[in-house]
Amino acid sequence: MSKGEVSYTTSHRKKALALSIIPGLGQIYNKQILKGVSFLILSAAFILVFKDLLNIGLWGLVTLGEIPFEDHSIFLLVYGILALIVVIFGLGFYLFNLRDAYKVGKKRDTHEPISTMKEQYRNLVDNGFPYLIMSPGFLLLVFVVIFPIIFVILLAFTNYDLYHSPPAKLVDWVGLKNFVEIFKVDMWRQTFFSVLAWTLVWTFVATTFQVALGIFLAIIVNQKDVKGKAIMRTVFILPWAVPAFVSILVFAGMFNESFGAINRDILGFFGIDGLPWMTEPMFTRLALILIQTWLGFPFIFAMVTGVLQSIPQDLYEAATVDGASNLQKFKNITLPLVLFATAPVLITQYTFNFNNFNIIYLFNGGGPAISGQNAGGTDILISWIYRLTMTSAQYSKAATLTMLLSIIVITVAIWQFRRTKSFQEEDMM
Amino acid sequence: MSMKRQKIIRLTLTYLVVLVMFIIILYPLAWIIGSSFNPGQSLSGSSIIPKNATLAHYKELFDMEKSNYVYWYLNSLKVSILTMIFTVILVCLTAYSFSRYRFVGRKNGLVTFLILQMIPNFAALIAIYILATLTKLIDTHLGLILVYVGGQIPMNTWLMKGYLDTIPKELDESAKIDGAGHLRIFFQIVMPLATPIIAVVALFAFIAPFADFIIASILLRTEKNYTLAVGLYDLVAKQFGAEFTTFAAGAVLIAVPIAILFLSFQRFFVSGLTAGGTKG
Repeated sequence: MSKGEVSYTTSHRKKALALSIIPGLGQIYNKQILKGVSFLILSAAFILVFKDLLNIGLWGLVTLGEIPFEDHSIFLLVYGILALIVVIFGLGFYLFNLRDAYKVGKKRDTHEPISTMKEQYRNLVDNGFPYLIMSPGFLLLVFVVIFPIIFVILLAFTNYDLYHSPPAKLVDWVGLKNFVEIFKVDMWRQTFFSVLAWTLVWTFVATTFQVALGIFLAIIVNQKDVKGKAIMRTVFILPWAVPAFVSILVFAGMFNESFGAINRDILGFFGIDGLPWMTEPMFTRLALILIQTWLGFPFIFAMVTGVLQSIPQDLYEAATVDGASNLQKFKNITLPLVLFATAPVLITQYTFNFNNFNIIYLFNGGGPAISGQNAGGTDILISWIYRLTMTSAQYSKAATLTMLLSIIVITVAIWQFRRTKSFQEEDMM
Repeated sequence: MSMKRQKIIRLTLTYLVVLVMFIIILYPLAWIIGSSFNPGQSLSGSSIIPKNATLAHYKELFDMEKSNYVYWYLNSLKVSILTMIFTVILVCLTAYSFSRYRFVGRKNGLVTFLILQMIPNFAALIAIYILATLTKLIDTHLGLILVYVGGQIPMNTWLMKGYLDTIPKELDESAKIDGAGHLRIFFQIVMPLATPIIAVVALFAFIAPFADFIIASILLRTEKNYTLAVGLYDLVAKQFGAEFTTFAAGAVLIAVPIAILFLSFQRFFVSGLTAGGTKG
């Protein structure tokens, strides 16, 4: 029988597929006894082991418990997600079983030889190897990263907070109520938009400052006739070399209003009265931007220095011959080359500062407090979420805000990655 | 002549800027080192160059009965080193299979990793907290390490896959023809060639837990289990003015070794981060 012809004399593939509704039977029908038996045993074990989890989990996921003190809604939610993950894995195996039975059946229909036991083993080793070696990492990822993300997404649609806290109270599904409240209830809306506004200003100003300073310093140190380049480069890297949490805490001490060096030594030296760095939001914000500039410019400096050293000198020589001024050389040669080479990294700097929890929290705990809102004066979205979770137990609202924040980050990131070249490369995927 | 004058002005301005930057960078560092040698607990009346310099605060930190500092230091090293080891092992395996094999689900896996690396892993901190409580992993270093390693996988897998893609496939193909098995190709051919990127991943995986505050502060509950970031913050937040000089000594003891380590590995950092940025 020639290949490509549609009519088969036998219909093993259909029979095998139909029998495979119970995993393994199709394989046995295809005379792959060992494979079929192991499939059968596997699926029986699967049902036996996960029966209870699936039962409780799926029930819990829908109801979130019915009797206070007896049903713990949050545990049920966790079991529910586990059950979901198990179901997905189970379905994957089931589909694989159907596909396998159909494929082997088709081979029999076209009278191709079915692989022997030995070949099956080889196939399993060859095709299974990538799955085998990545399964530890993948499993960890599922439980430590993906599981929490699903949990947060689901939590955003519940009313889990201090007043609906298991075991005394049950948690319920509330649909989009949290999202509606954030945009409708005055207190939430005002806080959300003022925090979002400061987050954006913070991200933009602090990052731009550190990038500009880093590029500027790299360029002036890289001038041919500047002496002592090595020592300059070492010192300019120092703020990066010291762990950020240490520097931030040190700065928190320096900006302290009563004993800090800024008020006492520096401003005192110039005869200026101490400034309210920690109690006046505007001053705290200014301090934060200055500190982030201090912390962040060395990385840009190091990177741009690398780029500058790779720019061929003949470009500048040719420009000199053409009578270009230093400013023209900078504008038309240096800057475009530097920006082109570092653009992707610069964008990651913006996304980093958008979620730069450490500096906000360690410097002044997101404070000072502001009346009329439940976020501090310098809280960015991520530190506000932390505050809602850890101090006021507003879990569902925190989850809702996390979702909004993730949407922003992912949108920006996808936009960025679609522009980078590696994303479009043929073999990347 | 004007050319020469221009040059003098330009160089003077350059050195002036560099000088100002030196002061801005070095002043906080000098201030904290000075504070750590100041006698007394608070800073009132202290100066950068203390009159009666003392090592008392350093001694206090190493007094195991009064201070948990030594525990914090050991905890941080333990967590960072274990995170580094596990991350390197897992990332090598996943990156290798993404780079060298074409299997069902590869494309989806890569896209998933790409999206996961964009979400900071502390975004789901409520969930991490509740899950850790449920699994009794709260206040244990094991829980912390698992979260760190899981969070490191997506980004570093992409980083390493990008590098492995540049190692010619002909190498493993010819080895295969010579009869080398999967494991042999992995260990004896590809991994030795990937040492530079393994170093970068190891460095990142070491630094990230060391510098992390947010996850450690959620998971660790007892003072003896704290890592340095949490412990140091605790030292400051509890009684700010009152124990500042002790804090200063603690800060110096972290900053100096890390800075030295960092400056000697600096090249790796720049190349690694740049590669990570362009490769995605």
